[in-house]
Amino acid sequence: MTELLEAVLRGLGTGSIYAMLALAFVIVYKSTGVINFAQPAMMLAGATIATYAGPAIGVVLFASLSFFLSVGIAALLTALIALVIERAAIRPMVGRPAFVVAIITIGIDIAVRVVAGGFIGLGARPVPNPWGLDGVDLAGVRVQQRHLVSMAVLTVVVLALLHFYRRTRYGLAMRAAAFDQEAALTQGVNVGNVFAVSWAMAGALAAVAGSLLAISAGVDRRIWVVALIALPAIILGGLDSLEGAVIGGLAVGVVQALVGSYQREVAPWLGDNFSVVAPYVLMLLVLLAKPYGIFGTPEVRRV
Amino acid sequence: MLRASNLEVVYDDVVLALRGVSLAVPDGGIVALLGSNGAGKTTLLRALTGLLDIHDGEITKGSVSLDDRPIHRWRPERVVDAGVRQVLEGRRVFVELSVEDNLKVGAHTARAAMRDNLERIYELFPVLADRRAKTAGYLSGGEQQMLAMGRALMSDPRFLLLDEPSLGLSPKLVEQVRDVIVEINRAGTGILLVEQNATMALSIAAHGYVMETGRIVLDKPAEALLRDDDVREFYLGLHPGEAGERRSFRDVKHYRRKKRWSA
Ligand SMILES: Nc1ncnc2c1ncn2[C@@H]1O[C@H](COP(=O)(O)OP(=O)(O)OP(=O)(O)O)[C@@H](O)[C@H]1O
Ligand SMILES: [Mg+2]
Repeated sequence: MTELLEAVLRGLGTGSIYAMLALAFVIVYKSTGVINFAQPAMMLAGATIATYAGPAIGVVLFASLSFFLSVGIAALLTALIALVIERAAIRPMVGRPAFVVAIITIGIDIAVRVVAGGFIGLGARPVPNPWGLDGVDLAGVRVQQRHLVSMAVLTVVVLALLHFYRRTRYGLAMRAAAFDQEAALTQGVNVGNVFAVSWAMAGALAAVAGSLLAISAGVDRRIWVVALIALPAIILGGLDSLEGAVIGGLAVGVVQALVGSYQREVAPWLGDNFSVVAPYVLMLLVLLAKPYGIFGTPEVRRV
Repeated sequence: MLRASNLEVVYDDVVLALRGVSLAVPDGGIVALLGSNGAGKTTLLRALTGLLDIHDGEITKGSVSLDDRPIHRWRPERVVDAGVRQVLEGRRVFVELSVEDNLKVGAHTARAAMRDNLERIYELFPVLADRRAKTAGYLSGGEQQMLAMGRALMSDPRFLLLDEPSLGLSPKLVEQVRDVIVEINRAGTGILLVEQNATMALSIAAHGYVMETGRIVLDKPAEALLRDDDVREFYLGLHPGEAGERRSFRDVKHYRRKKRWSA
């Protein structure tokens, strides 16, 4: 029982990071209709910035505050990078078929990763933080602190996004533009700016997710692969659903953790690294039952 | 005064949709714009509010001006900000947002006055007040038209351009829409009313224009248009010299083919 709970908590911890990455995909997809394949590079870039920001600011008051400050700086700068990319490479493509834009984002991904890789070097760069792999005992259940931190950050992110989309001027404009661009234009919404804001938000989220991911083992050139696990998460949840992204991300994390803990005993014939492919297997199974994902909209309704 | 002068509009670099159109909407006035399908009415509205761009349309000649300031190079949000708002054909409410959120999006350029404007709109459209938390997609056609107009009023526009607001509504609802337009106008907003329902439009407009294949073919006070034989024939379904008895469709077609509008 304890073992199961520990696996689930571990899964929710990593799943929180997947959920943030999935949210970043969904935010851009919802407002622009484009799957942004540059997301892994944005995550790598954000985490890299955090590895430089951390030592640069040193320790302010206490170590966890310093960590969050460096994450904040990384988020801000990555948002700026995303804005520049959107302006330079994506905006001129508005009106082109979505798959053309998606392919351009793949090119951007590769380019940004090369640049970020240059800043990382060959080894791993640490993001200064007080947690590392330390654990904490919760009523007999051991959890790594970093997992709790990830869950807490995800909670804050989700609450902030809910507030943004429901209550703020730009949040409403973004939803409006996602449904009907021309109608949004007639309300005085600058749809181009709305796209830019969604890119910036996704960039910031990717940076946060990347920094959290780096708590345990630092940043090396290969961590971008983790961002790809957000793909089964959003496909599970439905491309256009924020709730779906969160639940999909958490589900993928938990399934991975459970498979990692139990599969070798229960089904050894699946081999040693089945937990790596488990998210994709889960995705296929769900798609067979629900082609639009669990929370996805089958088609945009028009009245 | 909102004015179009000698506008020529081309879609996709080849389709000539407007051929030298001039029209003026005075502050606080109601102007009707009539014309059959494909005449170019919607295109003219797009030219006035900066929406041609997203339809691959372009103003190739002429100008649009607001108080003698040229605005035809402005982006749509700037036009809205200057007080010229269009209600698109087919209502186009944000179906998945609540009624109130639709109105809030309408206040995008005027957030400071949003509370007051919400109250004003709910007073003008009590149906919307009753359904403020409802998802807009579940409103009836008439209610959606009210919502689309209310949304446009959320920034206190000087000019409201309505594209076929009576389309698909029952006679009773058409009357309601008409009354609301009169009320909006009485509060000081200039109206450009695009309609196929000429009876409705001319009953409240002071001035009217008739378009055909990209040209203005008639430009007269509404009263004169109501007396015009051609308008009676094609837009009011009445026939000169005849009381009652409808000519057959074929006759009308024939007549129509021979006779062109003369400006
Ligand atoms: N996006 C577009 N691309 C190319 N041609 C267009 C486009 N929109 C309209 N047109 C053409 O321009 C002409 C005028 O169309 P417009 O929609 O302005 O007419 P309308 O008077 O509003 O008609 P309706 O009463 O049917 O709404 C038509 O010949 C139409 O085919
Ligand atoms: Mg039209």
